Amino acid sequence: MVTTYAVARVARGNRLSPARVGAVINRNVGALRSGPAYWLVLASGFFEPVLYLLSIGVGVGALVGDLTLNDGEVLPYANFVAPAMLAVSAMSGALAETTFNFFFKFKYVKTYDAMLATPLRPMEIAAGELTWAMIRGSLYTGAFLIVMVALGLTTPGWALLAFPATWLVGLAFGAVGMAVSTFIRGWQDFDLISTGQFALFLFSGTFSPVQDYPLPVEILIAITPLYHAVELIRGITTGMFSWSMLGNVAYLLAMLAVGLYVASRRLTSVLCR
Amino acid sequence: MIRARGLVKRFGDFTAVDGIDLEVAPGEAFGFLGPNGAGKSSTMRMIGCVSTPTAGELRILDMDPVREGPSIRARLGVCPQTDNLDPDLTVFENLTTYARYFGIPRAEGRRRAAELLEFVQLTEKSGSTVEPLSGGMKRRLSIARAMINEPDLVLLDEPTTGLDPQARHLLWERLFRLKQRGVTLVLTTHYMDEAEQLCDRLVVMDAGKIVAEGSPRHLIETYSTREVVELRFGDDAPATYVEKLAGIGERLDPLPDRLLLYSADGDAAVNEVHRRGFTPSSVLVRRSTLEDVFLILTGRTLVD
Repeated sequence: MVTTYAVARVARGNRLSPARVGAVINRNVGALRSGPAYWLVLASGFFEPVLYLLSIGVGVGALVGDLTLNDGEVLPYANFVAPAMLAVSAMSGALAETTFNFFFKFKYVKTYDAMLATPLRPMEIAAGELTWAMIRGSLYTGAFLIVMVALGLTTPGWALLAFPATWLVGLAFGAVGMAVSTFIRGWQDFDLISTGQFALFLFSGTFSPVQDYPLPVEILIAITPLYHAVELIRGITTGMFSWSMLGNVAYLLAMLAVGLYVASRRLTSVLCR
Repeated sequence: MIRARGLVKRFGDFTAVDGIDLEVAPGEAFGFLGPNGAGKSSTMRMIGCVSTPTAGELRILDMDPVREGPSIRARLGVCPQTDNLDPDLTVFENLTTYARYFGIPRAEGRRRAAELLEFVQLTEKSGSTVEPLSGGMKRRLSIARAMINEPDLVLLDEPTTGLDPQARHLLWERLFRLKQRGVTLVLTTHYMDEAEQLCDRLVVMDAGKIVAEGSPRHLIETYSTREVVELRFGDDAPATYVEKLAGIGERLDPLPDRLLLYSADGDAAVNEVHRRGFTPSSVLVRRSTLEDVFLILTGRTLVD
């Protein structure tokens, strides 16, 4: 009886307070409103994947023509590339927030030290920052989906379904990025992150079907995270659903859980010494 | 408000706080005095519930800082040693955003922010960002921010370090007003004048231990004499006079540039110096200060 009570108490104590998580998000909304610089950053994040889509998807697509996939389905090249660019923009939108911005607040301006002097707990800070990262990513992906529908690269219905899928992608990458950022020693380490990000961008079945690679490479790619995001979103925007997409969702959920756990543990061990 | 028994904080092999006992009563202004590295900030962080004690007992507002951290922090105001104001927000938003962390409704947060900016004389900077503010202004904003939740206990870690004299006096005056309102203040400092101005009671810390405790007056009476004579002897090293002046006053302390002579009656001591046939190039008789106590207790070695 006593034990049950104690366990219930601890469980209640560890529950996230939506109001406190909201207060962390509110801080970022305030920062967004206060400076014009931030809007510029947001705008550039949107145009990057659109430019890739136009140059490679549409431009190179004109040379490549239609793709015949393994199951015999035929897909115009731009329709193949566009969902990959969508997944990439969900990833990079969230990562921009949880790597660069997070590290700056964590190490230099000590935003989280200030937050920890209030009732906020590390887990709530991590959850608030991650939710904000996802919101930022969804600004990119929402706009990108509109472009896709306008160019006839997907239907409005599939676009509506793909939108929440991009949230999941943002949360998964954002969480892992945040966890990694807590280990970063200095700005030099960011070069590693952007190199990694670029490698994922090129080789995750973004520009060509992974089945075109030798088997070992294909397996290697299947382990990396962006592949799962691309597969999931491509399945939705092209309307070619398969059971393996459940595996993609599970992979992304695992990234979210592990990333968030590690990030909040690290926040505690570094800031609450 | 605060009760500690045998409180210890270790970082690996290094013991920052080495078993201290202390008690702070409501409405009191309590100070931690000590050289750099004495363990003041580590103690403050434990009281602020952002650092877990390694050993010993600590109760804050009659709660356990490890299990009830958020509930305690909801009633604390913390002004950290280095300002961690939010550079992406305006002065006003720094306060209203912080209010949200405490779950204070928006309208109430704005009302308090306006009132606090008035209190720390920053109303006209309300719409500015933080970066162009002077050090003193930033510090005042940090104090205003620490007050946003109307705390029962305010922690100030070296509140005036690095400020110019005007800024310090303005800050002291504001802190004194807080004290008059009945807010319990706990502060660390290595400025003796600050401790004398603000603290009802203080502890002197050195190497993680409390080496003395009491009111500023009490500490001076206990550890020093009523008066101190500062003697200078032209080019001669003050240390060479220690033997020659032995027996005058209660204690002689040679510094590189002058000799300190601790005595209940400074003038009588000076007469005795002259009677022995010594003519110092300058003589200053002054009342003993906390600084004398501090130097006697913690030694003169620079800790850094």
